[in-house]
Amino acid sequence: MIELKDIHRNFQVGDQQVHALDDINLNIKAGEYVSIMGPSGSGKSTLLNLIGLLDQANTGQYLLNQQDVTGLNDEEQAATRNQTIGFVFQAFHLVPRLTAFENIELPLLLAGIDPEIRKPRVEKALLDLDLTDRSHHTPDQLSGGQRQRVAIARATINEPRVLLADEPTGNLDLKSGQDVITILEQLNANGITLIVVTHDMNIGQRAKRRLHMVDGRIESDQT
Amino acid sequence: MLVYKSDIVHFSWRALRGYPTRTFLMLIAMAIGVAAVIMLTALGEGARRYVTNEFASLGTNLVIVFPGYSETSGLNPVAMVGSTPRDLTLDDAQTLTRSYSVRRIAPINVGSVNVSYEGRSREVPIIGSNYELMELRHWELAQGQFLPKTDLDRATPVCVIGGNIRNEIFGAQRALGQWLRLGDRRFRVIGIMGSEGRSIGVDVQDTIMIPVASAQQLFNTPSLFRILVEAKSRSEIEPVKQFIINTIKERHQGKRDVTVVTQDAVLATFDRILGALTYAVGGIAAISLAVAGILIMNVMLVAVSQRTAEIGLLKALGATPRTIVILILSEALMLSAFGAGLGWLLGELGSFGIRQAFTTLPAQAPLWAVIMALVVALITGLLFSLLPARRAARLDPVLALSGR
Ligand SMILES: Nc1ncnc2c1ncn2[C@@H]1O[C@H](COP(=O)(O)OP(=O)(O)O)[C@@H](O)[C@H]1O
Ligand SMILES: [Mg+2]
Repeated sequence: MIELKDIHRNFQVGDQQVHALDDINLNIKAGEYVSIMGPSGSGKSTLLNLIGLLDQANTGQYLLNQQDVTGLNDEEQAATRNQTIGFVFQAFHLVPRLTAFENIELPLLLAGIDPEIRKPRVEKALLDLDLTDRSHHTPDQLSGGQRQRVAIARATINEPRVLLADEPTGNLDLKSGQDVITILEQLNANGITLIVVTHDMNIGQRAKRRLHMVDGRIESDQT
Repeated sequence: MLVYKSDIVHFSWRALRGYPTRTFLMLIAMAIGVAAVIMLTALGEGARRYVTNEFASLGTNLVIVFPGYSETSGLNPVAMVGSTPRDLTLDDAQTLTRSYSVRRIAPINVGSVNVSYEGRSREVPIIGSNYELMELRHWELAQGQFLPKTDLDRATPVCVIGGNIRNEIFGAQRALGQWLRLGDRRFRVIGIMGSEGRSIGVDVQDTIMIPVASAQQLFNTPSLFRILVEAKSRSEIEPVKQFIINTIKERHQGKRDVTVVTQDAVLATFDRILGALTYAVGGIAAISLAVAGILIMNVMLVAVSQRTAEIGLLKALGATPRTIVILILSEALMLSAFGAGLGWLLGELGSFGIRQAFTTLPAQAPLWAVIMALVVALITGLLFSLLPARRAARLDPVLALSGR
C-alpha cells in the first residue's frame, strides 16, 4: 500500500541543513495499524505529511498503491488526497464559521459531488460518530472531543484507504482521547490503514506495529 | 474535481458573513466609488441637458445673423460681442424675408435707457424688435398685446414691459395704457410679458420692448445688434444660412461681413463641451473605483493570511490550486457586486436628491456611466484579488496548517 524508498527530507534553517527525514525505508500494507513515536523534532510529522502528499521528499521514491506519486502534478495530488487519504490533526482544523455538517461535507464538496447525494452521506457519518444532535453547531459550540469526532467524520467521509492522525489526542482530556482512539481503531477494524503519531506510550502500545523515530531515522520497527 | 457553482457561491457567502466588519467596510468603499461615478456624471449630464433645454427655449430652427466676420468659421467671439466693421440695417433685415424658406425674421436692437414714471426713474435694458419676436421665441403675454404688426421702419411709440418692470414701476396700479418716459420720448404701455419669457442671459421680465425703428431713434443708430431668422423646417436651416450669406454679401458690395450662426451649431458646441466634461468627471470618479480596487486587494491579502490555516486545510482535503483561486475570486467578486449594487442605489438616490434640491437641473446619470461604473467595479474587484488568490493557491499546506 505505502512503500517509501531511501527518502530524504531536508529543511534549510538559516545556513543549516536540518535532516528531518534521513534515509527512510518503510513498507506499510493495506489495513495495518501503525503507531509512530519518538521525541519531539524527530521527524514524525514530516513523515506523516509526506505519506499524506502534503509534503515532498528531496530524494527517494514513494509508491502509493503501486503507483509512483513522486512526480504527480498539483491537480493529481489534490485528487489523491481527496480520494485516498484522510487527515486528523492535533488542532482539529475545523472551519470556524461552518457548522459540523458543513465541515464534514467539505471533502465531498471539493470532489464536486451532487449536494443531493452528499446529504445522506453526511447524515450517516454524523450518526456513526454520535453527532446528529450537533449537526448545526459551529466548532466553538462543541467540546474538544466532539470537534475531533467531526474532524474524523470529515477525514473518512470520502471512504479513504489511509487515515493519518497526527497526535489526535494531544489537545484532549483522557476520556475523550480514549473515545477518539476507540473510534480510530474501529475504523481500522473495518479495513482502513491507520497511522497514528503520538507521544502517549499507552496509545502507541495499542498499535499492532510500532515505529520509533530518532533524528529523522526509524530506530525500531516492532510488531 | 469540478466544484458545483452553487457550492462556490454558498462558501463565499459564508466567508463574507463570517467577517462582517471587513465585508461592511469593503462594501462601503466599493459603493462610494460607484456612487461617485453615478452622481458626478449625473451632474455633468444634468448641466448638459439644462443648457440644451435653454437653447431650445431660444426658439426652433433658429439662424442668428451677427454683423462682422472673421475667416475662422464657426462661433466667432469678436462677432459675438458685436465689434462692427459694417452695419446691419433694417433694409438688410427686410430683404431676408424674401426667401420661401424663411418663416419669420426679428431684427434686434439693444441698449439701456433711463425709464421714468411719476417722478420715479431707473435704468432699464431695452430690446427693439418687431411683432415676430414673440412667436419666434415662444413667449407668452400676460396682458394686452405684443408689438404692433407694422412695417419695420415705423417708429410707433408703444412698449411691452416685463412683469418685474410692471411691478416695480406701477405696483398695484393699472399699467396698460399708461405712458412711460424712455429717455426723452414717451411710450404707451400696450402689453405685459407672461412669466414664460426667459432665455439665456436676458430675463425678459426685467426688460422693456419697443418697435425696432423706435429703438434706432432712441439710441440714435441705424444699425442692428443682430437679426434672428426662423427657417421653415430643420432641413431648411442650411439653405437659409446660405441665402442669408449670399443676400447680405450682394447688398454689401460683394463683401462678406456678417457671421451666420445656426442654433444647431451653437448647441452642438455646448453639447460637445459639456459632454466632454461629463466624460471627464466620470473618468475622475472611476479613479476612486480603482482606489476601492486596491482596498479590496489589501483586504483580500489580509483575508488570505487570516485564513492561512483554512486554506491549508482545504488543500489537505483535496482542493486543487485552481479551486482555491476560484473560491477567493468569487468571494471578491461577490463583494464587489454587492458593493457596486449598493453604490448604484446610493448614486441614484443622490441624483434624485440633487434633482429635488435644484429643480432646474435634470441630474440623471447616463446609461453608459452606470454600466461603466458597474463593469469597472466588477473588473477592479476581480483584477485586484488575482494576486491574493494566486498567493493563497501557492501556500504550502504543511506550513499553512502549522501556522508557521
Ligand atoms: N517547514 C520546516 N522548516 C524548517 N524546519 C522544519 C520544517 N518542518 C520541520 N522542520 C524541522 O524538521 C524536524 C522534524 O520536525 P517534525 O517532523 O515536525 O518533528 P516531530 O513531528 O517529530 O516533532 C525538526 O527539527 C523541525 O524543526
Ligand atoms: Mg509533530
